[in-house]
Amino acid sequence: MAAWLQLRGVARRFGAIAALRGIDLALAADEMLVVLGPTGAGKTTLLRTIAGLETPDAGCIEMAGEDVTHQPPAARDVAFVFQNFALYPDWSVRRNLEFPLLAPGRNMPRDEIEQRVGWAAGLLRIEGHLDRPAAQLSGGEMQRVAIGRAIVRRPRLFLLDEPLTNLDAKLREALRVELALLRRDLGIPMIYVTHDQTEALSMGDRVAVLDAGRILQEGAPEEIYRRPASPLVARQLGQPAINILEVERVGDEWVGTTGVGLLAAVAGDGKKTLGIRPEDIAPDGGQVPGVVRVVEDAGAVWILLVDWAGTAIRIMTPKRRGFAPGEEIYPRVNPQRAVFWPREEENR
Amino acid sequence: MSFLVCRQLQKTYDDGTEAVKGIDLACGEGEFAVLLGPSGCGKTTTLRMVAGLEKPTRGHIALGGRDITGLAPSARDVGFVFQFYALYPHLNVEENIGFPLASMGLAPREIADRVGEIVARLGLTGLVGRYPRQLAGGDQQRVALARAMVRRPQIWLMDEPLGTLDADLRLEMRELIRAQQLDAGIATIYVTHDQEEAMSLADRVVVMEGGEIRQNGPAAEVYDRPVDLFVAHFIGSPGMNFIDGEIADGRFVAPGLELVLDGQVRPGPITFGVRPEFVRAVVDGPLRATVKLDEYLGASRNIHLEAECGRLVMRAEDERRFEVGTEVGLDFAPAHLLFFDPVSGARL
Repeated sequence: MAAWLQLRGVARRFGAIAALRGIDLALAADEMLVVLGPTGAGKTTLLRTIAGLETPDAGCIEMAGEDVTHQPPAARDVAFVFQNFALYPDWSVRRNLEFPLLAPGRNMPRDEIEQRVGWAAGLLRIEGHLDRPAAQLSGGEMQRVAIGRAIVRRPRLFLLDEPLTNLDAKLREALRVELALLRRDLGIPMIYVTHDQTEALSMGDRVAVLDAGRILQEGAPEEIYRRPASPLVARQLGQPAINILEVERVGDEWVGTTGVGLLAAVAGDGKKTLGIRPEDIAPDGGQVPGVVRVVEDAGAVWILLVDWAGTAIRIMTPKRRGFAPGEEIYPRVNPQRAVFWPREEENR
Repeated sequence: MSFLVCRQLQKTYDDGTEAVKGIDLACGEGEFAVLLGPSGCGKTTTLRMVAGLEKPTRGHIALGGRDITGLAPSARDVGFVFQFYALYPHLNVEENIGFPLASMGLAPREIADRVGEIVARLGLTGLVGRYPRQLAGGDQQRVALARAMVRRPQIWLMDEPLGTLDADLRLEMRELIRAQQLDAGIATIYVTHDQEEAMSLADRVVVMEGGEIRQNGPAAEVYDRPVDLFVAHFIGSPGMNFIDGEIADGRFVAPGLELVLDGQVRPGPITFGVRPEFVRAVVDGPLRATVKLDEYLGASRNIHLEAECGRLVMRAEDERRFEVGTEVGLDFAPAHLLFFDPVSGARL
């Protein structure tokens, strides 16, 4: 896979704060990379640096084999969609969409402008709103126009900075699906930045987990979710969050802090940190008893909070039967889904 | 017995906008009720009327048997939380949390007791002497929550308090709010647009749309037996699938689909509803559909499909991939089919 975009050792510092600490990233020409991280991880700085709105203190950026590290934003031909829509409220949708094509020096013929606006409006299903002022649109429609304004230019690279964050949950869900479908039709490489793990898992060909200016792990969504490199990465994905238990190998078992065997050991030795996702613990069939504390109805599934082996764990289970607080159950960990890490030196 | 009672509560703004159209709403002692709906549904206006921040155009509000409709906010003894504010930088954790109690004129001894109690429950005991700048982001939020919930008003009113937080912190804070509320036994009305948040927190979910209450009941009831198409679509992630068709000779008939029904459903035009977890891929299923998008979500997948009768979503197991463009057969779990009147939207 030849990389279309390549970042090598990109660093950016703001005073005492190191926003990016040596980022290496590659993006193929037809790929969508999702950068997942909490507020303050450096996500926006990373996008701004790729767009040319920030100059890195160190490292270089290549696009299509050309070093663009010191090129101005306009020369990079990159489109940026922000969290707040930033449309011209009094202008019609059509005029908002045309605007990027009317830039001096483009000299685009009128019929091509119309053709492109029609194409973008069709893809985003806003044809019916072309003559309405932007201010009259709903939040979801405005964000579609903002995306439309970015795609009419047919940029070489598409950068999206939490474009769905300011929308209602229900609308976010609908637009997430639309964006995923749209991107297949566009065939433009994309970097999508978010703190929403659902968006990261469902939209990315690849996910890069960013924290404190560093990439902690990068890979296919399934890989990041199933084989997180550290508890820090594991906790960024999954809802409810992964269960993390301290275990030690004793004989042919992994034993918890209260000295009871929690699951059979296949490999590994000594003290480890065990990660097991809530859907990978069955409520029945195990050896060690637990007590259900809270039963949460999550619609399609139950989420149980269970006191088990001296700790509180969460179990996500299909609604095949009911559970009651106080009930004794025998949780069973799926050993194939367990993840082991070297014991963390807890410093928080 | 209901502790808060709103009767025929109505709010029409000066510009003629009817934000709340005469609703009846009650909340029992110690009950956690969630007002859920999209932007503009009237949920926040309702909450603000209960708080005394908006004056109702018509209707009455009683709290603990006392009519408070005309009372100033300060005379109502309500705790209004609209976000977990920034902390006072010059006060340490203990002083920040004790601030609302000190403003009430409580004795220092009592303040110390109350602060000590909540600090212990939220695991902040080791941090009481620290200043906000010395705290990690998550701890700052926990302190802010303690400060918001240290007072014991007659009722807590919360307006999307977690809206601005990152996803992982939001989940943790949600659990802390619920634990605090259960422990204090204080009636709470909580406003959100996030159905998942509503389902997980609420004793009772009140679904609002267009200034009216659409449904009011326990989470499981709203999920399993939605009263109409709006609720059925709004609750659930993604919402319920709908297929328009007709009932004839004990069968449901739609383009490309014929289903023999177990029970009696009235003949004529009808909308068939089924949740994504009750759609199954079966080789010889009665409906043929093409895979449009496979969304990986970690614990499961949402498979977006297109059939002759419209678009559908199926919730599938995480390990089974569905290739875009392939054709699958679909079947529906017979015990979980719902029917709606296509004109009124009401469930039959």
